[in-house]
Amino acid sequence: MKIGRIFKTVLMVDFATGLLMAIKEIFKEKKTINYPFEKGKISPRFRGEHALRRYPNGEERCIACKLCEAVCPAQAITIESEERSDGSRKTTKYDIDMLKCIYCGLCEESCPVDAIVQGPNFEFATETREELYYNKDKLLENGDRWESVLAANIKADNPYR
Amino acid sequence: MQDYFYILVSEVYKILFLLVPVLVTVAMIVWLDRRVWAFVQKRRGPNVVGPFGLLQSLADALKYIFKEIIIPASSNKIIFILAPIVTMTLALIAWAVIPFSEEFVLANINVGILYIFAVSSLGVYGIIMGGWASNSKYPFLGAIRSAAQMVSYEVSIGVIIINVLLCVGSLNLTDIVLAQEKIWFVIPLFPMFVIFFISALAETNRPPFDLPEAEAELVAGYQTEYSGMMYAMFWLGEYANILLMCALGSILFLGGWLSPIDIYPFDLIPSPLWFIVKILLLFILFALVKAIVPRYRYDQLMKLGWKIFLPLSLIWVVLTSGYLLYFDLLPTT
Repeated sequence: MKIGRIFKTVLMVDFATGLLMAIKEIFKEKKTINYPFEKGKISPRFRGEHALRRYPNGEERCIACKLCEAVCPAQAITIESEERSDGSRKTTKYDIDMLKCIYCGLCEESCPVDAIVQGPNFEFATETREELYYNKDKLLENGDRWESVLAANIKADNPYR
Repeated sequence: MQDYFYILVSEVYKILFLLVPVLVTVAMIVWLDRRVWAFVQKRRGPNVVGPFGLLQSLADALKYIFKEIIIPASSNKIIFILAPIVTMTLALIAWAVIPFSEEFVLANINVGILYIFAVSSLGVYGIIMGGWASNSKYPFLGAIRSAAQMVSYEVSIGVIIINVLLCVGSLNLTDIVLAQEKIWFVIPLFPMFVIFFISALAETNRPPFDLPEAEAELVAGYQTEYSGMMYAMFWLGEYANILLMCALGSILFLGGWLSPIDIYPFDLIPSPLWFIVKILLLFILFALVKAIVPRYRYDQLMKLGWKIFLPLSLIWVVLTSGYLLYFDLLPTT
């Protein structure tokens, strides 16, 4: 056993096997992806950039119940509401500080009308802090842009809720 | 006056003809190194800038040029600035005696191997100067380690070179290559080739002997305080040194520019190409070793250098010279 060990060390058997293995690994399939050009698969439950959704007739879903504001552990959401001329309860202000947000998904969880959701978009880095203080217009615009994906995701995730 | 000017221009032209390709190759080799490393780890490596990411090094160089050079307030400014210049200059001037073919060599001096040895020994000064002038603890520790390591392994490299010189009988690099026309020295002196390769890894501070820049302990060793173009010059010097060691390895053991089989289709390939192929193959081995071997501990490194490699190569000198004397094969010059 001892002599075998010395033999192995002198002939660098371990090194040679390692080298052969490294050369074999070179020709194997790569485990990483070409990120900006191809992207990894995202679960329907993915918690990315926020969006406020609308009903198909264009009416905002949000009823200003302020459950999301209450549940938000980072206190990133600020809501102000007023009675609209037709008597319905609507928000006048819906701000999310994306810098405070911890992307826990509790706002989405608490929403009774599926108005505030977290979409699949995670590439919303900006060059200034101010751009990350989202207001109602920005959130509604996000909702309009991602609506088809958001609806599909909510439907896909529905059986597990 | 006219003649003098003519000689000057032709020499400068020759130097540029050698140095520019060497520098471009150094840039390409950084890319090759990263790429091989990535492939062994099943990553993709730099592949965005240019075809296969070949221009990555140029993009990096451009970035370094535009970065600010920060000189620490408490540093010794003259030596601090001088250190990367020394490193890079010494790494490049050694190329003057490397023969690319029987005719194509910048300075065919008859003590070529001694010249290379002297210049690569001086290389440690750049690192010591950089580490000391930074006036900061990590660069200083890195420089001390580097100096001790390079000096230790230079000894065994020197003894290994003696082995080769015993078989050649000349210090001229062209003669060393021509002496291998019958058989490359890698076959009779194979253990020496292995020790030379490992010592070359230690000499150029490559993993598994990259203790001077062990990032877990010393941040980046002697390069810690450097930034911008000065850091890039350290890098260029380091890789030029690695390339030089690969070239030296192929000259001493792998028959330099000689083609492996001297028959019809192979002897059409120009001899510098064989040389470049051999350098690249050795370098790929360097890169593979970087990917597969964990870093040595400092005492293990010193033990390997002084207690194993030095006696082994000394014994081999005795064996070689005894063999040559007994069979009356000593080269006559």
